[in-house]
Amino acid sequence: MTPHSNVPPTRSHGPRKLTPKPHPILSRIFSTDHRTIGIQYLILALVSVIIGTTLSLLMRIHLVWPDWPLPLHGLILPEDYLALVTIHGTVMLFFVLTTAPQAGFGNLILPAQIGARTMAFPGLNAASFWLTAIALITLLCSTFAPGGAAISGWTAYPPLSAVPSAGPGQALGMDLWLASIALFAIASTASSINTLTTILRNRCPGMTWERLPLTVWGWFTAALLSIIAFSVLLAAILLLFCDRHAGTSFFLPNGDLVNGVLHQGGNGSPLLWLHLFWFFGHPEVYIAILPGMGLTSMLLANFSHRRVFAYRTMIVTTLLIGLLGILLWGHHMFVAGLNPFASSAFSISTMAIALPAAAKVLSWLATTWRSRPSYKTPMLFALGFVSLFITGGLTGPILAQPILDEYLHNTFFVVAHFHLIMAMAGIFGLYAATYYWFPLLTATRSHPGRLLSEPLGHLHFWCTLIGAYAVFLPMHLTGLAGEPRHYAQLTGIPGPGGSLSPAGALLSHTLPLNRFITYAAFFLAAGQLLFLINLARTLYKGNFASSNPWQATTLEWHPTMNPFTPSSASDTSEISVHRMPCHYQSNKVEISFLPQWAPVSFAQGEIANATDSKPE
Amino acid sequence: MPAIITPNKTEQERKRRVEDHDNGAGRRPPTDKRTGGGGDNDNWNERPHGRRGPYERLHRYRMGIFFALASDLMFFVAIVSTFFVNQSTGHFDAYNHYVNEWLPTTIPPILWLNTVVLLLSSGTIEFARRNMFRETDVMDEWLGLGKPITRRALPWLSATIGLGVLFLTGQWIAWRQLARQHVFFKTNQSSHFFYLITGVHAIHLFLGIAALLAAFTGLYVSRQLENRQILVDGAAWYWHAMGLLWLFLFTLLVFFQ
Amino acid sequence: MIWSRFTSAATQLPWSLPADASAHGPALDHHLLLNLWIALALLALAHLILFTGLLARRHSAPNHLWRIEYLPLAALALLFATLTVKAERLWAAARYTGASPTALQVEATGVQFAWYFRYPGPDATFGLTHPNLVAPGEGNPLGVDPKDPHSADDHVSSQLVLPANREVDLRLNAQDVIHGFSIPEMRLKQNAVPGQTIHLHFTPTTPGTYAILCTQLCGLGHYRMNATLRILPPDQFANWLATQQKAAQ
Ligand code: HEA
Ligand code: HEA
Ligand code: CUA
Ligand SMILES: [Cu+2]
Repeated sequence: MTPHSNVPPTRSHGPRKLTPKPHPILSRIFSTDHRTIGIQYLILALVSVIIGTTLSLLMRIHLVWPDWPLPLHGLILPEDYLALVTIHGTVMLFFVLTTAPQAGFGNLILPAQIGARTMAFPGLNAASFWLTAIALITLLCSTFAPGGAAISGWTAYPPLSAVPSAGPGQALGMDLWLASIALFAIASTASSINTLTTILRNRCPGMTWERLPLTVWGWFTAALLSIIAFSVLLAAILLLFCDRHAGTSFFLPNGDLVNGVLHQGGNGSPLLWLHLFWFFGHPEVYIAILPGMGLTSMLLANFSHRRVFAYRTMIVTTLLIGLLGILLWGHHMFVAGLNPFASSAFSISTMAIALPAAAKVLSWLATTWRSRPSYKTPMLFALGFVSLFITGGLTGPILAQPILDEYLHNTFFVVAHFHLIMAMAGIFGLYAATYYWFPLLTATRSHPGRLLSEPLGHLHFWCTLIGAYAVFLPMHLTGLAGEPRHYAQLTGIPGPGGSLSPAGALLSHTLPLNRFITYAAFFLAAGQLLFLINLARTLYKGNFASSNPWQATTLEWHPTMNPFTPSSASDTSEISVHRMPCHYQSNKVEISFLPQWAPVSFAQGEIANATDSKPE
Repeated sequence: MPAIITPNKTEQERKRRVEDHDNGAGRRPPTDKRTGGGGDNDNWNERPHGRRGPYERLHRYRMGIFFALASDLMFFVAIVSTFFVNQSTGHFDAYNHYVNEWLPTTIPPILWLNTVVLLLSSGTIEFARRNMFRETDVMDEWLGLGKPITRRALPWLSATIGLGVLFLTGQWIAWRQLARQHVFFKTNQSSHFFYLITGVHAIHLFLGIAALLAAFTGLYVSRQLENRQILVDGAAWYWHAMGLLWLFLFTLLVFFQ
Repeated sequence: MIWSRFTSAATQLPWSLPADASAHGPALDHHLLLNLWIALALLALAHLILFTGLLARRHSAPNHLWRIEYLPLAALALLFATLTVKAERLWAAARYTGASPTALQVEATGVQFAWYFRYPGPDATFGLTHPNLVAPGEGNPLGVDPKDPHSADDHVSSQLVLPANREVDLRLNAQDVIHGFSIPEMRLKQNAVPGQTIHLHFTPTTPGTYAILCTQLCGLGHYRMNATLRILPPDQFANWLATQQKAAQ
């Protein structure tokens, strides 16, 4: 299908002349070009994911071999373990799964998919990126803060996080953590304003709302959630900061006695932070997954040569998931001291979200149903996304029943739930995007884009899929057996008289399974090296791709959207859109596709009526 | 439907900023109302007044500011809901009695004056904003007949900056007055909120004044009419939103403590 | 029946649910296992459909919208609604109402990193506490006010000892940060929030020794903030209480 060759095709025109700029390197680093910014976001996410994965492996090692001394550091102390968990969660959730799909691919692909040549506010875009980078640096610096890194988890519940005396890491480390998240919130809001305005204002002629690819709908909904949620987080952080440094007590109750330090006079409520945080926190996890859902829909259709099943319903469910996503934050607080009636209300709204999610799953199943897809690596990762989303999603409604959450809350069952649906499905979405759009990421003015190696990609997919299930399925079992989260150690918890305490007995019960999980985590992480090898190899000497290697129908594959184009973009006439995406037609012998940008041709219109409605 | 001036061929082939769908700030009068593609397959001529052709870029910036303000609104909603939660929370004292120690902060009367000042400034900025779009002036500028727009808008803009600084000074006086009564940020729950709300709002007004100053310099420096319009328009909408927000916050502080 | 077969089969696995020792536990376990099996069945079904669809020969795209889109959705809606109703009933039974007036009064307080339990003594009233008076070194970790007449007979213990088959009205407090009070074998979990007293009621059934954990991240010692729950037959419990009271005076 794709003509592979290692020789860049010759261009009809010479390379475009660049307007001279004062500092070529500076202007490339501080570029306002959305493609450059997108790549910068992806590099930031890649750096973060390597850090986050290393931390997760250290956590896994410490859980099963608590006596292992970390080279250059020594024993991992309990506070070190909690710092690892905190930084792992923060880095992964904020700096990987919020930046890469939403800001990274949102910059690289979104404008092209709606036929725009730029984002609405290029300057703001660059500012958001650099703010995000500063936020990451701040977070990493917090690990070297005197007194240690923050240890209160990514949820930072006060008073633990509000009182520097509450333990190690709650002084400067916590301040830096809060500052980092505040910067991140501002950057994400700015970048979402940019995304929303771009989608609303910069669509090319003919790109109606209905014709927007589902990926764009994912980015759109996620951006809407971002502008609602992140500013609430920012306000909460401001209040917490005042509590820490300005003597207020928004989150500190009266007579709180932490480590011998008495806080008198306040009348705050720690639960208030939980409300504000989860009002942000729950939409945040949907921000992480919505672009992946959209992409999965599009990829399944692309490689199945089918239309997306129930396209309009998919648009509606995307918006519905966004809407419901703002209304159910309380399901993280069933046993946190909420009124039991409120728990019931949140439980019902949470169960309701299973329906739009299930509608999405149904559409994915129906799109691939009896389609004989071509199993390219992006397709495999999209199928993996479906599988992991189902597996991780089905435990959601279990957690959403307060009576069951009373047993499962803060056990590894929850950890398993969110790693499957968020971490693993999210990572699969990212990989699908990377393998699929790689030609667009690597195209430059002097050569066309390259394709990642398919055999290595297949191997990588299978290792990651098997690894993901091997790590996170058993976690459900240790969770059911009662293993709580955030436990620095499962063994050696003494009881009275030197014997094993009941708690120690309960926890050490899960050790064999935990050992297996740790081995599997190593396998999973090692599998990711295949991707890095593939990446390095391809960047160096990968096959060049044709301008539309996957027979895609969406606009980012329009020949002039690629930087390697015969004529410069601003010389071509405007792009216009003529139909919904994923217009595939098949008859017995061949499959043809009609890109969104191609003007209607009479003959093909007739084929559409003649085929695809009759079997065989 | 108004008559459509069909662009002639030479004009069609000139270098255009494709991404902006040609914003009309170039050679043709900036009040021209042509048809064009704005997505959705639509014809700009069928759109409501003011939503056509040349104001593309303006509308984009305006939309950006509206999204930013929506996000900012959520920021204040979060703080205000904290206010209500905190106000209604009490605790059990040493004798097991439920006490609610909320002592409302008396509002320094000068705040009423400040409110009037802020409302006035909203009026002045609106005059400045409207003057940016007067069609005869826009045509004059385009024809090179001086800078009538700047001439008309500058006094209003300066007045707004003056009133804005006056408002901030008034707020500062209010804080000083409270401080003289020994009511500080730390003093009690309601004073936390009084200072927090007025303080955060004041920071927003600082940014607003910075935007007004940018618009002010823009009026002198920028040669492109469109840039000037965008600067003033954006600053004006932001300023209006801050005025509205202040009304809301002030009502909260006066009547709901 | 079938469910009890599943239940007993599941409890024999080394990593299964810990044994259940409370009155509301069996219903909870039953509902949990029901949910798990349903999730497993849906998981299998969805993957079956996925794989069948991938393996079967190419066919035209499905287009009977209502039949394959809305019918399964309606079925799932019904299923999830049923589960919700069942769960809400159990939740209402456990949490909507308070304990009966005859329930045993106990107070549990979380402090970095220990649990303290307080029994009100014969007067059935807890003495006042005061954060200013907290002095763990002097044997007053909760800051019980000695001037309060009710506090003289209060008795503080680091172990929670309860009689079997009597309802317990537990009041949960925290002194410093949020802690999570959890007894896996009682199928019980509730955060203890500083500045707030939360009531929790349950009935232990099987005598034995069980683990009390902290399940809300509360600092570096979070993992070792545990205590022991001892459930005694009622007569032994009365003896224990009497000796403790004697020791306290
Ligand atoms: C995106 C989110 C994400 C990801 C990917 C992961 C990945 C992993 N996580 Fe993590 N985890 C969290 C989010 C994530 N986690 C959060 C939010 C918490 C809670 C924190 C808290 O309580 O405060 C948590 C907590 C957590 C715990 C609980 C600790 C405790 O409470 O005691 C454990 C324990 O085993 C764990 C383990 C792992 C392991 C073994 C992996 C492995 O899967 C790692 C292997 C890595 C990969 C498979 C990623 C490879 C991906 C790429 C290379 C991406 C490529 C990038 C581009 C294309 C741009 N994690
Ligand atoms: C991307 C992230 C993501 C997503 C999409 C979800 C999705 C869901 N989550 Fe999850 N969740 C997290 C990330 C996510 N979650 C994280 C990070 C936490 C922990 C935070 C912390 O404490 O640190 C968490 C915690 C969490 C809790 C709190 C647990 C606790 O702390 O005690 C709850 C409780 O209700 C919950 C519920 C749900 C539900 C009902 C969904 C639903 O949206 C799921 C919907 C999906 C389905 C229902 C599957 C659909 C498929 C089918 C129905 C099959 C159809 C079958 C056929 C066709 C045959 N989640
Ligand atoms: Cu106390 Cu965790
Ligand atoms: Cu949630």
